[in-house]
Amino acid sequence: MTKDFNSADIAAFKNVWVFCEQRGGELMPTDFELISEGRKLADELGVELCGILLGDGVDGIAKELGGYGADKVYVFNSPLLKNYTTDAYTKVICDAVEEFKPEVFLIGASNIGRDLAPRCAARLHTGLCVDCTHLDVALDGYIEFLKNSSSMDLEGMKWDSPLFDVHRNLKMTRPAFGGHLMATIVCPRFRPAMATVRPGVMQKRPFDQAKADAVQIIKPSFELAETDLKTKVTEVVKSAKKMADLIGAEYIVAVGGGIASNVDKGIALAEELAAELGGVVGASRPVIDAGWMSADHQIGQTGKTVRPKVYIALGISGAIQHKAGMQDSELIIAVNKNEAAPIFEIADYGICGDLFEVAPQLIAEIKAAKAAK
Amino acid sequence: MKIFVTVKQVPDTSGKVAVKPDGTLDRASMATITNPDDMNAVEAALKIKDETGCRVIAVSMGPMTAESMLRELMAMGVDEGLLISGREFGGSDTYATSQIIAAGIDHYGLEPDDIIFSGRQAIDGDTAQVGPQIAEKLHIPQVSYAGEVTKAGNKLTVKRMLEDGYMTVEVETPCLITCIKELNEPRYMSVSGIDGCFDKPLIIYDYNELKDHPLIDPTTIGLKGSPTNIYKSFTPPQKGAGRMLTGSAKETAKELASVLSEKHLI
Repeated sequence: MTKDFNSADIAAFKNVWVFCEQRGGELMPTDFELISEGRKLADELGVELCGILLGDGVDGIAKELGGYGADKVYVFNSPLLKNYTTDAYTKVICDAVEEFKPEVFLIGASNIGRDLAPRCAARLHTGLCVDCTHLDVALDGYIEFLKNSSSMDLEGMKWDSPLFDVHRNLKMTRPAFGGHLMATIVCPRFRPAMATVRPGVMQKRPFDQAKADAVQIIKPSFELAETDLKTKVTEVVKSAKKMADLIGAEYIVAVGGGIASNVDKGIALAEELAAELGGVVGASRPVIDAGWMSADHQIGQTGKTVRPKVYIALGISGAIQHKAGMQDSELIIAVNKNEAAPIFEIADYGICGDLFEVAPQLIAEIKAAKAAK
Repeated sequence: MKIFVTVKQVPDTSGKVAVKPDGTLDRASMATITNPDDMNAVEAALKIKDETGCRVIAVSMGPMTAESMLRELMAMGVDEGLLISGREFGGSDTYATSQIIAAGIDHYGLEPDDIIFSGRQAIDGDTAQVGPQIAEKLHIPQVSYAGEVTKAGNKLTVKRMLEDGYMTVEVETPCLITCIKELNEPRYMSVSGIDGCFDKPLIIYDYNELKDHPLIDPTTIGLKGSPTNIYKSFTPPQKGAGRMLTGSAKETAKELASVLSEKHLI
């Protein structure tokens, strides 16, 4: 750490940064979501949006980030940055933050981002809010968000704070206590204000080729030696089986504990229904905990956050942890034997019935409806 | 060689969660448990103890009532409890908490062949920040999301889980490993363990004990020393209940299919 770096000198910090994660030389889909969201924040602050990309020979993939809104991309190439390591990535990123002093720094909340972000925040002595589901700089935008997303009485609410400028500070909103509460966090006294955002939460902008062509690629000099790395990655193994592609899916059929009486049939029905809709299959936590489906299918607070056009919940009771991962779906359909199941509180259409009877009928009726078109 | 395990007593958010009218959590009315991922960290430490006979110390920051949790962990096989407790530490965010726990471990004495195990994240905050931040404050390497850990001498080999696979990572002690559920199956308390747990040492570090440590400073601990602050907290809105479809399975399915068709969703 350079001696003259002072994270409390907030006037010295400017611009919004997004860490753009790559694996095996390919950008992650979350990068585009974060760049898109970063563009909004940079516009609200009236500053530049910069991507920061680390890898080995990754210049070629940097331009695409411009297409989603980045003005600049800082690229750092080294064989030591090919695979993610906490030590190498933290050093290069923190050194760059100290040199260029961004005021906002966003990182995707992947298993890698959730390793990197806290380590960087601790080294830089600044605040971090993880797993954010909403970000605002502009106060009116934040108030508008609360109107739709909170049960607070906003009449007569006091927005100003004697401690910080509510119009310039990043307001980072995240679920807490398994989604029972939402908290908006600020980092008023230090910079950069750091946030991680879960994959699938932010909307990607349309790709703009002209902006991609105009993006400025910057390759600052940096120092990194083998001795900086205290861990050694000896292999990177990609799962052989196809992972459930829930993020970005337009149709999701999810199963819960209700399939217990006939697990294989329950999953087969969900797969058939999903195939009929052109969607994918997900699950709630009890299904994963019981080992009936692999963890990549899990939707909820500790799983994935999804917002499909149609979400069909079969035999899912709707614990708040599950709701936290799917309640922003456009249309929610729930089938459950128990009429008091909490999932019905957020479902647009509910059927109180046995999923093993309803699902086959639904598959047949959807087939018939499609045939009639 | 010894192993520290960081543990936290948390409200059981999988059960009924009580929220007060002002939008804060009514902790008093809720059951507390040892954070689930921390149980996997405890088990990881006890497995190494089984092989090497090393000492295992459970470290927690929280109110004095956390003693009951530490005693339970001692009944599982943990040798000693270290409870960091003091009014001055209250209101700490993850950054300040990490700083205080790091100071506590350092004050106790972290040696070159020691390991720290932490849970990946706690169910009350789900932040996953404290493990990596303790490691940073102690200037030791970390490996998070451990799905398998093997130890040979001072070298640990960790299967570090990713969303789409895993990495194999080698690291030397002293280091910090964060543990996930898939790592192991936590053991139960034993009868002899329960008998002996109140005879095991429980050390309390209060503010006075730690105040001269370089990481402890009024500007870096507690509410005042926390870089992040809560601006607003609120409960999500209750979405208006939708429509319940009634009739036979065939009738409800037909109605649903026509809704999807009308909305051009099929």
